[in-house]
Amino acid sequence: MNFRVKHATQYTYSEPVSLCRNEACLLIRETPWQHCISSELQIDPAPSDLRQRLDPFGNRINHFAIQHPHNKLVVTALSEVSVCSNPNILVSANQFSWETTKARLHREWSEEVFAALPFLYDSPFAQRSPQLEAYARTSFPPDRPLGEATFDLMQRIYHEFKYDPGFSTISTPLSKVLSERRGVCQDFAHLGVACLRSIGLAARYVSGYIETLPPAGQERLVGADASHAWFSVYVADLGWVDFDPTNNKLLSDQHITVAWGRDFSDVSPLRGVALGGGKHKVSVSVDVARQPAGLVG
Amino acid sequence: MSIKFEQRQSQGIGSQAYARELSQDGESSSLQGTLPRHEQQLMQTLQKLGTKKLASRRKEAQRLLRENGATHNFFGPTDDSHSWQFDPIPLVIGSEEWTRVEAGLIQRAQLLNLILADVYGPQTLIKKGLLPPELIYAHKGFLWPCVGLPTSGGRHMNLYSANLAQGKDGRFWVLEDHAQPPYGSGYAVENRIVMTRSFPRLFQDFQVHRLAMYFRALKNQLSLLARNNQADPRIVVLTPGPEHRLYFEHAYLASYLGYPLVQGGDLIVRDGCVWLKSVGGLRQIDVLLHRLEDELCDPLELRGDSLFGVPGLLEVVRRGNVVTANSIGCGVIKNPALLAFLPGISRYFLGEELLLPSVATWWCGQPRERRFVLDNINELIIKPIYPIPGFPEMIPGRLDKGQICVWRDRILANPHLYVGQEMSSLSMVPAFVTDKVEQRPCVLSTYLTAHEQSYIAMSGGLSRINENEGSLLVVKDGGWSKDTWVLTPELDKQVNLWLEAQPDQFIEARTKSLPSRTAENLFWAGRYSERSEATARLFRSILVKLREYKEFRDPDDQLGLNNLLQALTHVTSSYPGFVGAGAETKLADPRVELMSLASDSGRSGSLRSSLRGFGYSAYTVRDILPEDAWRIVDNIQQNWNPKFSVSLIGSGRLQESVNQLLLQLSAFSGLNNDNMARETDWRMLKIGRSLERALALIALLRATLVPYYKPSMQAQIFETVLSTCNSLITYRRRYRSFMQLPTILELLLLDENYPRALKCQLTQLSQLVVALPHDQPSERALDDERLINEALAELNTIDPKKLAQSADDGQSYPFLDTFLSAQKKQLEKLSETLIQLYFSPSQVPQRLGSVQQEKAS
Repeated sequence: MNFRVKHATQYTYSEPVSLCRNEACLLIRETPWQHCISSELQIDPAPSDLRQRLDPFGNRINHFAIQHPHNKLVVTALSEVSVCSNPNILVSANQFSWETTKARLHREWSEEVFAALPFLYDSPFAQRSPQLEAYARTSFPPDRPLGEATFDLMQRIYHEFKYDPGFSTISTPLSKVLSERRGVCQDFAHLGVACLRSIGLAARYVSGYIETLPPAGQERLVGADASHAWFSVYVADLGWVDFDPTNNKLLSDQHITVAWGRDFSDVSPLRGVALGGGKHKVSVSVDVARQPAGLVG
Repeated sequence: MSIKFEQRQSQGIGSQAYARELSQDGESSSLQGTLPRHEQQLMQTLQKLGTKKLASRRKEAQRLLRENGATHNFFGPTDDSHSWQFDPIPLVIGSEEWTRVEAGLIQRAQLLNLILADVYGPQTLIKKGLLPPELIYAHKGFLWPCVGLPTSGGRHMNLYSANLAQGKDGRFWVLEDHAQPPYGSGYAVENRIVMTRSFPRLFQDFQVHRLAMYFRALKNQLSLLARNNQADPRIVVLTPGPEHRLYFEHAYLASYLGYPLVQGGDLIVRDGCVWLKSVGGLRQIDVLLHRLEDELCDPLELRGDSLFGVPGLLEVVRRGNVVTANSIGCGVIKNPALLAFLPGISRYFLGEELLLPSVATWWCGQPRERRFVLDNINELIIKPIYPIPGFPEMIPGRLDKGQICVWRDRILANPHLYVGQEMSSLSMVPAFVTDKVEQRPCVLSTYLTAHEQSYIAMSGGLSRINENEGSLLVVKDGGWSKDTWVLTPELDKQVNLWLEAQPDQFIEARTKSLPSRTAENLFWAGRYSERSEATARLFRSILVKLREYKEFRDPDDQLGLNNLLQALTHVTSSYPGFVGAGAETKLADPRVELMSLASDSGRSGSLRSSLRGFGYSAYTVRDILPEDAWRIVDNIQQNWNPKFSVSLIGSGRLQESVNQLLLQLSAFSGLNNDNMARETDWRMLKIGRSLERALALIALLRATLVPYYKPSMQAQIFETVLSTCNSLITYRRRYRSFMQLPTILELLLLDENYPRALKCQLTQLSQLVVALPHDQPSERALDDERLINEALAELNTIDPKKLAQSADDGQSYPFLDTFLSAQKKQLEKLSETLIQLYFSPSQVPQRLGSVQQEKAS
């Protein structure tokens, strides 16, 4: 499936900003199941100091500054991407029990396992806890295949947690998300990551988008026209398998992956420090448009 | 005591090296009774000196340290946060012994640097199983954004400090490693300086290594780090600010090494470089000696709520346009669990055994060691691998049953976060902290700096002692510090810190690059010192009047007194005071209000609050004030006691204190006048003084001379005004006994050569302002000159006779009032303009994104 994605963030300030520096993690990365045809940033006013680098997890980070007084900043990422799905991935992920992967993570490191190690431990937004471990255990009885167990965890999050955009902020701790049983996709992704880490598995946070189909007779997918997030678990001998607990789905050809990290703090789409500016307002718009096959690529 | 080391070779991940069992505290230390030769010699010298002399010298040393600000921080969050005492008996280390220790330290520094290069690079140590991944990936000091950051010359760690302890067998071993940033070297120098001053006799019997070599090497190394501008790199010391408990050392090091001391707000990132905001505009910085915790260094990529760092710093480092010492991220080696793995890593990287052992450490991340720690929890010190908020940095192993359970559960919940360490018995060293020489346990902080391909160690260090091992190892503040002597068979050559220029190198004098914040603090130090002086003088006049009135009960005295009290309210802007609501009661009994204006530090305008403002500004710039000036500032803070009571008013004692204060303030300004070069820093101080003196004079004259008094009162008022301005003698000599308004105005307003006159202030201001750097491109660049010249021009047009014309109703002098208030406005505008032009007032930084931004749905 081919998509054109436009992700625009606009800051407006009550007073001029004399200088701001920003880091954007908005450009789409290449993955085994996704090809990025093009991905570029448009920044208004024109930035100085624009540089791109790869972070330690392979995401594309753009650093830029606006060095003259301005009242408004608009950062737009325009991308064209081609995505395919892997319907057999769950079968492959069910080959071994979850304990097999866990054991593999704790010794005999191949290059691939080694790269998964950073995702085993606590990170600022996804910290292990006995409560999360207890929650995860229900889905992870002894010897259960890893794919099946994780799928079950995802389903439970989907069914037992209420999608509630008004409930949480970025600083709402996972313990509260767990006790109140509500949140948004970012919370559910962090929840899945921290649950998996709590039982000794490697899990990462994935940021991206999901296509929303027009409502004509069809159910509208939650997460439309905003950035989206889900979690991914490491499976020995296979690699990473993504689960979207907000939509109760495996990674599909409607999921567009932008970046991954230990949690949101590694892949925050846009962050910055501005001098001056008084009060600021931010507005974000995301548009995911399906492209007729053959037009792109 | 002996520690049996057993190296375990195992196939698993990261075999820990440690003592298999706790050593028994050897009762029979073979060393006792056979002190090393130098220690015997030291004891003999001390005996010759006698405890009485020792005690009085100690007092002297303690006073010096306190005056210099080494042992306390007036402006810290709590007044006594970092006080320690001085023990005059140095720790003496023989030269052969030191040679061994030094070699061990250098080996360790090289090893740690290799570890840093590895964990922020290829991470081979983890892959090879020499270092468990938890110790890096789960450690708060490991900063992902720093992975792959370039270093200068492959050196992550340019400064390193190790805390050493000496076992009862005389061997040294390492307790802790510090690289983020290592502190204490400034205190070591300060102790040595004080020691040399107070105990010159002690040095006669010993040949002691100097400390300067270390700083020379450090200075040299820092200038070699620069990637740009290598011939004459610009290096600054970055401090979190005067509230920090180690600010003394930051200022001390900056001044000792000759680098500007700056805070995060003084630096700005533009065009991929770091710039210092100075009164002459932006100046590019090549090397940052940073004294911030790593994660506070860059709010853009690291901790976003840091107010101390420089947004964008990491990106500048990444581009190679600035080098920080140490590299940001070095905090990862401050991890007690590393100690268990160092022997294996040393064999891997260097093919050598560790020359200096570490304290026996068991990391709970592996089952056998965990079991050992849990079984012996009460004989060990438990430490987390990084400081965990809300938990003590370590706990001594003397726990009751309930606590043991709590810690057992805590360790079992997150075993990889904890280590157990041997509760060591340290060797005792002689100390003089009571009234006799006693034996106390001691910890020695050593300091190393990178030098050529290796490191060199300071031949000495900072030794700390305390009552017992528990308080020494667990409570890190407080206690006593002492000088550390490393003996040398040959006398050291004098070392200086000056660099040698190339024969054809032109060294540009950096007189315009005064950091804006420093300039601002100098300006305010000037203003507050002058404000304190003006308030104190008026205060003194009031105290005199109070006594006169008490003696003679003359109603005219009462009127004059009221007039002065009201002037005090005006001059200090402490309304309503003696003029607004409730003034009647306060005038009838002014004592409570006066006391509040003298001593209430929380009340703006009070003498104490002005003095604190003065002290704070001076403290912030103490690295550039003349040496003795800080002692005066310190004495002022000490002497102006906030515990004054109301009953003091009317007694001579308060008046005596005010006199003392006025003398000290004059001494401060005299010292600066006599010692500071006529450069931007001096100008800023002087501008602050002149501006404040002009404003205080205007406020006093408006309050006292604008109202009309009957002739019988007039002379008395005039006399008090002149005496408050310290001008009575000059006036008498000039105008003899004729007391009248026009001549008073002539002297106090118009005399260009009289240092108390308004015109003198304005003329000086005009000259000072013209001499400030005006090379910043701005439409308002010359506003300051325009404003002061306008004020001066207006002053030049006035005629004292006209100002002294009373109003039609005869109740006031309106021309004088109009003139004075116009001057006041003009000068306030000037002050505002100077602030805008030179102090680049930092705009409040705000974070965009991660917090306020919409959440992904």
